[in-house]
Amino acid sequence: MSKRPEHQAPPEVFYNDEEARKYTQNSRIIEIQGQMTERCLELLLLPEDSSCLLLDIGCGSGLSGTVLEENGHMWIGMDISSSMLDVAVERDTEGGLVLADMGEGVPFRAGCFDGAVSVSAIQWLFNADKKTHNPVKRLNKFFTTLYSSLSRSARAVFQFYPENEKQLELLTTQAMKAGFYGGVVIDYPNSAKAKKFFLVLMTGGVGPLPQALGTEEPDSLQVKYAKREATKGIRGKPIKNSKDWILEKKERRRKQGKITKPDTKYTGRKRSGRF
Amino acid sequence: MKLITHNMLTSKCLKGVVTGYPLAINATDIKVKEVDFNPEFISRVIPKLDWEVLWVAADSIGHSDGLPRSLENKYDENEEFLKKAHKVLLEVEVEEGHLTCPESGRQFPISKGIPNMLLNEAEVQ
Repeated sequence: MSKRPEHQAPPEVFYNDEEARKYTQNSRIIEIQGQMTERCLELLLLPEDSSCLLLDIGCGSGLSGTVLEENGHMWIGMDISSSMLDVAVERDTEGGLVLADMGEGVPFRAGCFDGAVSVSAIQWLFNADKKTHNPVKRLNKFFTTLYSSLSRSARAVFQFYPENEKQLELLTTQAMKAGFYGGVVIDYPNSAKAKKFFLVLMTGGVGPLPQALGTEEPDSLQVKYAKREATKGIRGKPIKNSKDWILEKKERRRKQGKITKPDTKYTGRKRSGRF
Repeated sequence: MKLITHNMLTSKCLKGVVTGYPLAINATDIKVKEVDFNPEFISRVIPKLDWEVLWVAADSIGHSDGLPRSLENKYDENEEFLKKAHKVLLEVEVEEGHLTCPESGRQFPISKGIPNMLLNEAEVQ
């Protein structure tokens, strides 16, 4: 069985009292969570020396919240695991805590947060833990409600562990659909252990993605800056009468067992002007 | 639950609810915890708040004394006022009780200071 917690049980079951206790006692977990939150804050690009109101999605036991507090920000956290939130209460964190499922939407008023951070939480949305769960729908609901709860020109940074390319693509597509701009920044892409994925989303205004750590040539292994328009072509059919479209159509006919001419270098090519 | 959280919280995730704001507070246990005073944060966050909702919420749990019903023009220079706002926003905690959605009447329990906004399958949009 894989070691990924997402594969073992739904989040509200997996993060039980025993698992939650690890998050207060295990110094390694505390250190790593802290480092990732610091990096998220860096990517948020908040105005300097001002305290902001931030949303912490999947705040858990408030380890990330403590880092936010140390940087002088106020935060409101949401999490689905009541055991983890109980630990946050015990740890005496300053932020507000709400027990909520991010796949059901972000239950906050429009435009109230200066930014959002999330450490190792969003990958849980790819799972369907109940019969009624539809990951695409839940992602869509999450991103649209998150978009409305952020103030203009705010950013949202998610640290997460994608399983495969498809998840990365689904995540960025859904975020763009909700109106965000942005993409994925991969820190230390050549290291197996230090490699970290950050989804950086921006509302309003196009800006360049921040530079990833541990990459010598800029943009070498980063997912390229994704524009909303550019994602339109990814899903759905290819443009009508294009070469891809013809090839796809021929392939479909072949599968149906119909007589189809073989694909050659002339397939879908324009006639020369002499004709 | 702090009143700043209450000021932001809605029940719009419920099926058939449009704004779901403001949620009515019904508190059975209220605590006051001391939090460091940060005047800069308070004056930054006040424009984002719905002041009327904050006042009504504070009044409903009996912590509105001295708090003006409407905002003054130059509130960020009035330290007395900022201190009061700080107390109401960050120090007063509703420990036990429940929140009520203004549209559907659905109740969200608050236990150990954490409002439970989880929905069941039939309530999700």
